[in-house]
Amino acid sequence: MSLLLIEKMTHFFGGLRAVHNYDLEINTGQLRGLIGPNGAGKTTIFNLITGIYKPAEGKIFLDDRSIVGLQPHQIASEGIGRTFQNLRLWRHMTVLEHVKMARYSKLTYGLIGAFFGTRKRRKEEAENEEKAYHLLDMLGIRHLADQIVTNLPYGAQRRVEMARALTIDPKILFLDEPTAGMNPEELIEMMEIIRQINKELGLAIFLIEHRMKVVMELCERIQALVFGEVIAEGTPEEIQNNPGVIDAYLGKETVG
Amino acid sequence: METQNSKSPTEKTNVLNTIRNSINKVLNLIRNYFSEVPLLGWFIGTLTAVSLEQLVGRLIALSLGLPKIPVLFGFVTILKHPYLIPSTILYMLVIYILPIVSIARLTVPITNWLAGKLLVLPIFISVIIHLGLLYLIMHLWSGISDYRVLMLRFILIAVIATLSLNVVNGYMGEFSCSHPGFMALGAYGASICTVVLFVDDSMFGPALLPPAIGPFMFPIALIVGGCLASVGAFLVAIPSFRTRGDYLAIVSLAFTFIVKSLIENLEIIGGARGLSSQPNWANLPSIFICAVACVWIINNFVRSTLGKALNAVRDDELAANVMTVNTRRTKMTAFLFAAFWAGVAGGLLAHVLRYVNPGTFGIQKLAEVLAMVYFGGLNSIQGSILGAIGFNILSEALRPLAIYKWIIIPSMLILIMIFRPTGLLAFKEFDVKKIISPKQKQKKEVQNVIASN
Repeated sequence: MSLLLIEKMTHFFGGLRAVHNYDLEINTGQLRGLIGPNGAGKTTIFNLITGIYKPAEGKIFLDDRSIVGLQPHQIASEGIGRTFQNLRLWRHMTVLEHVKMARYSKLTYGLIGAFFGTRKRRKEEAENEEKAYHLLDMLGIRHLADQIVTNLPYGAQRRVEMARALTIDPKILFLDEPTAGMNPEELIEMMEIIRQINKELGLAIFLIEHRMKVVMELCERIQALVFGEVIAEGTPEEIQNNPGVIDAYLGKETVG
Repeated sequence: METQNSKSPTEKTNVLNTIRNSINKVLNLIRNYFSEVPLLGWFIGTLTAVSLEQLVGRLIALSLGLPKIPVLFGFVTILKHPYLIPSTILYMLVIYILPIVSIARLTVPITNWLAGKLLVLPIFISVIIHLGLLYLIMHLWSGISDYRVLMLRFILIAVIATLSLNVVNGYMGEFSCSHPGFMALGAYGASICTVVLFVDDSMFGPALLPPAIGPFMFPIALIVGGCLASVGAFLVAIPSFRTRGDYLAIVSLAFTFIVKSLIENLEIIGGARGLSSQPNWANLPSIFICAVACVWIINNFVRSTLGKALNAVRDDELAANVMTVNTRRTKMTAFLFAAFWAGVAGGLLAHVLRYVNPGTFGIQKLAEVLAMVYFGGLNSIQGSILGAIGFNILSEALRPLAIYKWIIIPSMLILIMIFRPTGLLAFKEFDVKKIISPKQKQKKEVQNVIASN
């Protein structure tokens, strides 16, 4: 049984076929990569799976349950956490509030608890805070807990986003270019964190990445996407030597 | 000559800088001097001042040549009779500033000790004691004249209305213009309840229930009014919450006009002539209790993770949705919740004025409430309280200026929008425990740090 199974997913933007017959199968604990030139449709695939767009055709199963047509917040509660290519943080909120917020769907105290501050609410909020601090510890940003996110350096903001995605207790984590805009030092730290999440939490990770070094070092299997179609799938070595991939990235060799 | 010319601008900036520095120094000195005064200290100081006014205010006012006690901190007196400025200032100094400042400062050890002791008890006891003191202050202050009582009642109602609008415009970041409509629904809903049930009225006939139990049923009437407003909010929310942006502003503005003309054309509840003979149940204590309940519940809500979801929706709705937040439900709940409190404010207002007509809830009311929210500060409870108090006092104090008032107040608003675009006290947490806790501890910690170094 696979954790995430996608069959023949297709999507159009107007007349443009953004994704065509996309298949994917991810098992628990796997670390998978998706590469491709700009505009190949990588982020669109993430948006389709997480429910931001509804696929025109195709099936998506998470733990053998179809998640096509669900609202994004429902899909997230089912166990898909994600980060964004351009950070999407809440600019007036603190780091701790970010992480606590992602447990929204697990809070059961309801409006009565919210209005009157019942004991149940205090208990749940305390638990929530404890779990949040635990994750902040893991990502090494506990000391920033009370900071407003916009005051933080870029690398720390990426970590906040990652902590937030982990808070929803995902079965699978989608990372959209987790190392974009990072300096070499931050890059190495981020790769370490990704490995740690994968190993310690046993979490499946599916990541989009532009930097070949990161994908090749981290991922077990890689898909290469060009114009919405998977042109190659395999281990890092196979992808590196695949003529189609080389063509897509470097252009065809012309005999001059 | 040349050297002089090149020298003088720098000298000028130097002088300006020294002036600025010395002002900052003095301000800092004052701030440090009073930083250890806990809220309890300020309350006790103010309590002394208002009791002093009660006892000898008249005597002092007369001996200073004032016709009577300055009702609203002397603003009106100053504007009407400029020659009374010195004596008014002297009066304010003797009755208010000196007692408050000196007692607040002198009792620092006692009040800090007391506040610390109170904090050991369950927090609600401490809060109730503080609120009791606050009410006592208001009661004594308003004992001087009925005008002050009326003023306080309007201010407290404005606090409720402002807070409820802040939930939508500040915390949720939408722009709603339907608050006068909600207040109208609340006002009429509550008024019809009380008038039909408890008053012998020419329009609705004799009272259906004995008027004696009326005051106990007043909260229920207010809740009915609030719920009616929530139903109205539901109707606004259905078409306008599918998308974000300006739609809500337009739909809600339309809603305000629809409610107004609906009531104008409903002859059964008085139409354009309005509805009168509400019983006089919205006195200072009952409004005070409503306002405290409003602050308490709204503050509870916006500080919970469910309420913080509003901020998440405001700052990035897509991200909120992907992080398991049910954004549609969140927005809907908050909007209905805000409308409920607007309805309660409307109900109270109707029972203070004891007459409502649809004209009360027009575009001017909207401008007023919006001004209070943006003046005080978005996304903050204390901002809304400050906004409601500040705006009301300002608009009363400048009353003698007649038409010029409407030049001064809007230009102040413009200045605030330029220098503090989100309002005076925006984006602050209203942490009750921090507010009522003793203030001297910090100093001790600092001393410890210095000693350890």
